Amino acid sequence: MNPGLNAALNSGMAPVATPWFFYALAGMAVVSALLVITLRNAVHAALALIVTLLSVASLYLMLYAPFVTGVQIVVYAGGIMVLFLFVIMLVNIERSSKEHRFNRIWPAGLAAACALLALFVSAFVKGKALFADRGMPLPESSNTQQIATMLYGEAGRMGQYTFAFEIASLLLLVAILGAVIMTKKKI
Amino acid sequence: MVPITTLHYLVVAAALFVLGVIGVLIRRNVVIVLMSIELILNAVNLNLVAFSRMWGNLHGQVFAIFIIVDAAAEAAVGLGILIAFFRNKETVNVDEIDLLKW
Repeated sequence: MNPGLNAALNSGMAPVATPWFFYALAGMAVVSALLVITLRNAVHAALALIVTLLSVASLYLMLYAPFVTGVQIVVYAGGIMVLFLFVIMLVNIERSSKEHRFNRIWPAGLAAACALLALFVSAFVKGKALFADRGMPLPESSNTQQIATMLYGEAGRMGQYTFAFEIASLLLLVAILGAVIMTKKKI
Repeated sequence: MVPITTLHYLVVAAALFVLGVIGVLIRRNVVIVLMSIELILNAVNLNLVAFSRMWGNLHGQVFAIFIIVDAAAEAAVGLGILIAFFRNKETVNVDEIDLLKW
């Protein structure tokens, strides 16, 4: 992190363009998320989801998390979304694009989601003081190195999350095997 | 202009989460339901990274990476189930997925 930005953060001042960037990216994320759940064509919905994922990745960058940004772009926008597009093109979209988009009980679903939103809003209004900014800037240039230290450990010792990391790799192995076996014609 | 605080990010994440929940509840296309689940996981990730920034340590970011791993596994298994189901019933409509219903 450059010294000027560091000083600006320490004095409680945000970098100049930050609020505008934040509102633009947040608006883009929410609008394209809205498109994901309303568009009729599944391919268009997938493209809107990619826009959401990239906007959220930029928001991570604004939160001084460059490594998570990279992982988000490479794994989500690059990997998972290609998988989604692949499957959309395998299953026929002709029929589903002519049917109704929403199911019969959609007012009930919408009401339940609105109740959830009200719960969030009340939690944020009541707990505003809990989310106060503590003004603790994260070092940006050594971000990846620090995450690696937490995941893999250093100097021959296990890191804090090494065990969880191994479990995650096992989970991925199980997921790969499950996906391959389930999509086989005859087991 | 008001400086951007943690609460701003939480509000964005809450909006994404609620949109994801709406997608899961009201859409009929299974693929879009799975995409809405990805939206929900993204909202959680945004919360975790915002809190990591708030507390000034990296635990939240490490958790966000674990959740991305989970999302990849979930997408692979979910889409595998979808392919297997589509082979049997030739539909992607949630209302017609009732093989386990008695």
